Amino acid sequence: MLQLLHLAELESEAIFILREVAAQFEQPVLLFSGGKDSIVLVHLAKKAFWPARIPFPLLHIDTGHNFEETIHFRDDLVGKFNARLIVGSVQESIDSGRAVEEQGINASRNVLQTVTLLDVIEKYKFDAAIGGGRRDEEKARAKERFFSHRDEFGQWDPKNQRPELWNLFNGKKRLGENFRIFPISNWTEMDVWQYLFQEQIELPSIYFTHDREVFNRDGVWLAWAPFMKLKPTEKVEVRKVRCRTVGDITCTGLTLSTANSLEDIISEIAATRVTERGGRYDDKRSDAAMEDRKKEGYF
Amino acid sequence: MIAHPHQEEVFSSKSYLEMELLRFTTAGSVDDGKSTLIGRLLYDSKSLFQDQLDAVKKASLKKGSEHINLALVTDGLRAEREQGITIDVAYRYFATPHRKFIIADTPGHIQYTRNMVTGASTANAAIILIDARNGVTEQTHRHAYIASLLEIPHIIVCINKMDLLDYKQEVFEMLKKDFQHFSDQVFPQKDVRFIPISALLGDNVVIPSEKTPWYKEGTLLHALETIPILNDNNLTDGRFPVQYIIRPESNEFHDYRGYAGRISGGIFHNGDKVTVLPSHLTTEITSVDTFNNPLEEAFPPMSVTLTLKDDIDISRGEMIVPFNNLPIESCDVTVMLCWLNQKPLRPDGRYLLRHTTREVKCLVKTIQYVLNINTLEKQTEIKSVTMNDIACVELRTTLPLFFDSYSSNRITGSLILIDEATNETVGAGMIR
Repeated sequence: MLQLLHLAELESEAIFILREVAAQFEQPVLLFSGGKDSIVLVHLAKKAFWPARIPFPLLHIDTGHNFEETIHFRDDLVGKFNARLIVGSVQESIDSGRAVEEQGINASRNVLQTVTLLDVIEKYKFDAAIGGGRRDEEKARAKERFFSHRDEFGQWDPKNQRPELWNLFNGKKRLGENFRIFPISNWTEMDVWQYLFQEQIELPSIYFTHDREVFNRDGVWLAWAPFMKLKPTEKVEVRKVRCRTVGDITCTGLTLSTANSLEDIISEIAATRVTERGGRYDDKRSDAAMEDRKKEGYF
Repeated sequence: MIAHPHQEEVFSSKSYLEMELLRFTTAGSVDDGKSTLIGRLLYDSKSLFQDQLDAVKKASLKKGSEHINLALVTDGLRAEREQGITIDVAYRYFATPHRKFIIADTPGHIQYTRNMVTGASTANAAIILIDARNGVTEQTHRHAYIASLLEIPHIIVCINKMDLLDYKQEVFEMLKKDFQHFSDQVFPQKDVRFIPISALLGDNVVIPSEKTPWYKEGTLLHALETIPILNDNNLTDGRFPVQYIIRPESNEFHDYRGYAGRISGGIFHNGDKVTVLPSHLTTEITSVDTFNNPLEEAFPPMSVTLTLKDDIDISRGEMIVPFNNLPIESCDVTVMLCWLNQKPLRPDGRYLLRHTTREVKCLVKTIQYVLNINTLEKQTEIKSVTMNDIACVELRTTLPLFFDSYSSNRITGSLILIDEATNETVGAGMIR
């Protein structure tokens, strides 16, 4: 039958976008967070350019507040794919005074990543940063383009985006401006999990059930780490959990789960009643939290 | 809490891996109940999550409405929420046991023609909403015309707010006739179907209505799940725009030289005799490569890498086609151009033109007419072509393009214009 199934069509679309980036830009970079979406991106990039190696480096913005497992996983993946890795350190941005650590009980380095990201983009003169953002994640992302233009300050102007028609992508820019590129814009959370399953892609162990020291804040389970401050009513306990998304440890919500395999996770998600970003503490700050962060230059 | 009747069956089985993808667009203004319809579709197909639903309930209360306002589901940017309007194309996703859907949700007002064109450019189907109380309006004509101009293969006309007219069959039949009267002029051969609905109450959206016993053709969701999408790509005329050259220069693949791209038409086989444009050199396909495995054949919209028998110098923007089925090769193209930018089209202006993976400069030679898309009148006395206008324009390019008419191939028949001063995408053209 001469008809692609939906995962094959989404894969073909993402590969097309990745090749378009390599063709239209001088210095692209792939933003690698260690999360499942960016792992899928690296696999798609491998497929897009095979048998050549991925023609751009991976960039990890390291908040210093990571799940240890993701760092090991990152280094293995880079080795396996013979890729080039650049690490941008939020700690260095703080030490040099470029970024100021948040204070208080909900302190997170998630927002500070933007400072480091923009600095690294500037330092290496990257003109396209490829990210794993998806339009189904959050309402501010629903209007995001595949090729998202950023001005010389790295900012996004949602009201003045370039129209995107057919599969014609316009990556023209002035000196100093750059683009954020989202090859898996049209994927949903379920598509990503199904693709991971179909392709038998390895994931960091934190995506599967494990015992972890956690505490509950306003209905969201958060991982405990020594640098985190607790409210008097919060107590650390050990629970069986898994991550649904992976961000900075201070704001990544965990799901109570015994899912041990991709099949388990897929049926668990099918039955879940909360979107994956519903567990992200950083989005709970306000109704337009994501929109504001994106305008400033967040991923 | 919403019950989940069939999700277990869907997603835990292998069937989810074997789903097709349908992209559709919705045209209609806020008053037609477009946002409510999308909200209803997502709600009744159990595609909304609890936290999304909670947010909508909260927002409904804040705005003083007693019931949950499903239109708020599609609310996007803060400016839009504050002003209660949609500014831009928003993409939404949902899946049923049969298909995965991508909705391009576009605002319907006349000043947003460009958004509708954008949303329609990738759609296999379009939903056109008619408010049963207002009937077929100029706006309906505009939506129908854009759907036909963009060659959307399937049209579903939803006659909404049937609840306010007591679900009368005469109303439905009359509006159907009115619409057909107009649509027969613009797209006689298209697949057009009509559904009486109430987005507000959910009649015939996902759940068949008991109030329209005279209507037996199935719900909107049923139509979306069963529309054939197999034949929407051109499978006859082989077109492979070269996107990127893959040269590993590694020990293992020392002499490998692959032409990466997405099949834009026809079926390519290993061993096919092909011609490369613009050189017109002829050679043979020696492999159709993908990371997973080499293929015997490839069809749209697959992304593959071709290797060729002879060492020909080929770069991005050139095209590989069957030796006996060439596209039109010319520096002169006539397009129906939708103008997308605040700055009007410059008669005699120079623009950058992008067509498939090819980029050339072009000159605006003649503006034949501007179309009044409400009346379909051709205005030949042209003052200017401004944002949201649709005009018939002749372009002259500095290098030849390899193209087909838009009606035979939506990929090799479409182009965009870029203003070199601002780098903005300013025009969208469909080749005649």
